[in-house]
Amino acid sequence: MKVSMSVNGKQVSGEAEPRTLLVEFLRYELGLTGTHVGCDTSQCGACVVHVNGSSVKSCTMLAVQAEGAEVTTIEGMATGDELHPLQAAFREHHGLQCGFCTPGMIMSAADLLKTNPAPSEHEVREWLEGNICRCTGYHNIVKAILAAADTMRGAARAAE
Amino acid sequence: MVEKGIGARVLRKEDQRFITGRGRYTDDINQHGQAHAVFLRSPHAHARIRGIDTGAAEAMPGVLAVLTGQDVKADGLGNLVCGWLVKSKDGSPMHMGPHPLLAQEKARYVGDRVAVIVAETLEQAHDAAEAVVVDYEELGPVVALERAHDAGSLVHDEIASNLAYDWELGDKAAVDAAFAKAAHVTRIDLVNNRLVPNAIEPRAAIGHYDPGMDHYTLHVTSQNPHVHRLVMSAFVGVAPEHKLRVVAPDVGGGFGSKIFIYGEECVVLWASRKVRGRPVKWTADRSEAFLSDAHGRDHVSHAELALDQDGGFLAMRVNTKANLGAYMSTFSSCIPTYLYGTLLAGQYKTPAIYCDVQAYYTNTAPVDAYRGAGRPEASFLIETLVDQAASEIGMDPAELRRKNFVPKTAFPYQTPVALTYDTGDYEATLDEALRLVDWKGFAARKAESERRGRLRGIGLSCYIEACGLAPSQVVGSLGAGVGLWESAKVRFSHTGKVQALTGTHSHGQGHETTFAQLVSEKLGIPYEDVEVIHGDTEKTPVGMGTYGSRSLAVGGEALAKACDKLVEKGRKIAAHLLEASEADIEFKDGNFTVAGTDRSKSMGEVVFTAYVPHNYPAGLEPGMEESAFFDPPNFTYPAGTYVCELEVDPTTGTTEILRFVAVDDFGNVINPMIVEGQVHGGLAQGIGQALLEGAVYDESGQLLTGSYMDYTMPRADDVPSFEVVTASGTASHANSLGVKGCGEAGAIGAPAAVINAITNAIGRRVEMPATPEKVWRALQNTQTPQAAE
Repeated sequence: MKVSMSVNGKQVSGEAEPRTLLVEFLRYELGLTGTHVGCDTSQCGACVVHVNGSSVKSCTMLAVQAEGAEVTTIEGMATGDELHPLQAAFREHHGLQCGFCTPGMIMSAADLLKTNPAPSEHEVREWLEGNICRCTGYHNIVKAILAAADTMRGAARAAE
Repeated sequence: MVEKGIGARVLRKEDQRFITGRGRYTDDINQHGQAHAVFLRSPHAHARIRGIDTGAAEAMPGVLAVLTGQDVKADGLGNLVCGWLVKSKDGSPMHMGPHPLLAQEKARYVGDRVAVIVAETLEQAHDAAEAVVVDYEELGPVVALERAHDAGSLVHDEIASNLAYDWELGDKAAVDAAFAKAAHVTRIDLVNNRLVPNAIEPRAAIGHYDPGMDHYTLHVTSQNPHVHRLVMSAFVGVAPEHKLRVVAPDVGGGFGSKIFIYGEECVVLWASRKVRGRPVKWTADRSEAFLSDAHGRDHVSHAELALDQDGGFLAMRVNTKANLGAYMSTFSSCIPTYLYGTLLAGQYKTPAIYCDVQAYYTNTAPVDAYRGAGRPEASFLIETLVDQAASEIGMDPAELRRKNFVPKTAFPYQTPVALTYDTGDYEATLDEALRLVDWKGFAARKAESERRGRLRGIGLSCYIEACGLAPSQVVGSLGAGVGLWESAKVRFSHTGKVQALTGTHSHGQGHETTFAQLVSEKLGIPYEDVEVIHGDTEKTPVGMGTYGSRSLAVGGEALAKACDKLVEKGRKIAAHLLEASEADIEFKDGNFTVAGTDRSKSMGEVVFTAYVPHNYPAGLEPGMEESAFFDPPNFTYPAGTYVCELEVDPTTGTTEILRFVAVDDFGNVINPMIVEGQVHGGLAQGIGQALLEGAVYDESGQLLTGSYMDYTMPRADDVPSFEVVTASGTASHANSLGVKGCGEAGAIGAPAAVINAITNAIGRRVEMPATPEKVWRALQNTQTPQAAE
């Protein structure tokens, strides 16, 4: 069946079976392979994207459920060549090693900072409970998210 | 001095693609005409395969082939092999049971590959797998390691017992004599829990046979593509080595689990030939990864330490039973032997050590190297034993360790278990760790916790590891089937840009950055002008890959040597251009200068001349491209002290790590940011082993911890922020860079620090993982639960 949605600001449509997951649609139908699959029990969070502005594990949602939705993936986070502050902070603070969990981490953290622009370290750690990283020990991921929060608050103040 | 050279905290080159979603992992690759493979796996731990009916499955829509172990046999493909021959005490070689690509007579663990289904779509392959009928005759499973010797059932009918080998190391008579005169003997029984490596990218492979070229290409999640090519051609025989290209693109973590040559990747390559050259892709789901990735650790040990009346170590005696699982995986035999027994001296000058290891087959997934591989098992055993000894003789655990350290004046130090430590200063790392954690102030902090009803504990771990296994001649004499050198090629272009090719593979370690720093420093050119290339057997020279924290100490040194050769060639060219004697040319910061003058030629000018040799030294080959192979004279020996401080809530048994201090001596450091990141990751895995992780099989051999719902991975709220210090290193003598390796230290040193801290808090030791339940139960059994009310 045909499914249509907006992905990273562009209207797209493609074929999906009723059992096709949103992550499969993104990866295999649209070729957006930045969204990863690390488990089959909705635990690892490598597949987190935004659907209508909220973070969602795209392995937990059928493609057909996203009909008409606005979806943002890691590929849609930068504005042209300008990285999203979270992307920049992950690089600046060595918040990634193998890079496999990174898209999900960034997408998940972006949702956190939307609702809580000044989280404590504890709040960041609690929020990341649904994202597993095997490389970094989370140390630099937490540091990167706190630094991005700072940057984004600074930018918001400057804009006022 | 170049700006982003050795020692600089340079941001990573590889990050741009990963933070923007443009990494290219195996499952991200799709090839024209690609078909999909699904593996049918045994639901039984141990069963005879009486027959497989593939007819119904073959008739299903989209199915291209259903292949079984009989097809593997009919095509004459060889078995998977273990590449390290270990000998038993009596000199007899280990017993290696056949490990076919697809199970033939028997299935030997839950998840053993029984058939492969290749179809047009993944869904069709899954549906067809349901239609394959396997006639199993269930056999008694061998599950518990402690009972493998008399389980009443043989994992491999070809072998007389489930014992693969019974290995020993050390002078037993000297140890017995030392124990006979000991003032005190400390004894310990301990389990090193079974772990699942759990790289977040599951294993994947795409095999492609091109009938026109009679050529094979395999994209695979590998830490060592050349080793894959070697084993797949020389032993499995799926393709000749010169017609097989193995590409390991971006790989999402390995931790050892992607060293090994598994059946699945061999099968997709073979299956591509069977379906007339359609590329065949397979990606494991997480459930398959739990069942079929090689697991790690799984030891049961008894250890004894003999001390004199002053707390001096006289001797150590260790017996270990190691679980190999159902088959001997690629390097499985050397993990509980040459990477374990040889490390049992730890940081101590214990004069006599004896160890024997019985390795058993069981009907469980194969067990092989997982981050640390043998060294965490040794370190955990030594450091819990030493802590218990300190407690028994009433000595401060830091002082008991200090008293027995190999002194910094004693290097190179020959241990009684074969190794020669290169360099070290164990007191320096201990002192720094004690200072950082405020060891002396612990009593006051404990009292403060007690007022809040919490049990506070502090634990030390002074680990040692051995990185960069070598030299080849020595490891060969110990049974290794391969050489353990590394290769490099460094290639200038006309415009002075450099491609640095390495036989190692980066899957999170940041080689593209670290190696570029190294080459930039050695050649005096900008870091931005260096591109590091790895992971493709048709691009890079033959290499041995990445494991055992060897990449920099062995592969980095090969790059350094290739750079040295380029400088030497450049010196000849510069001497010619400057009309000076070669001996008078000095090379510094990218310039060749006539000593004592301001006459010089830059590296760029020299390189251009080498490619446009119009005015050129007679007899010298044009071009600026050099290769090097490096076979180190010795291992390197990183060491350090870790301290964990934690609180236990006696009402629930939950443990909260308050501080974790890690002071490591990695020798010289190229990129401190990356090194610290490696330690962080290792620590989380070590803490995971100590508190959370454990693979559990039930009596029938079913894996109870087969998903992230059941196997407890460390998450962000399970670990603290770490305090990591990597300064003041003692440079290694095993390579010119003075580097030691840092990839595994965290996982090696952390478990003992955590467990010793819990023991310190609750007054008794619990086995790993020290779950709240185990800690709570231990507290209920403690005679005087001071703060339990």
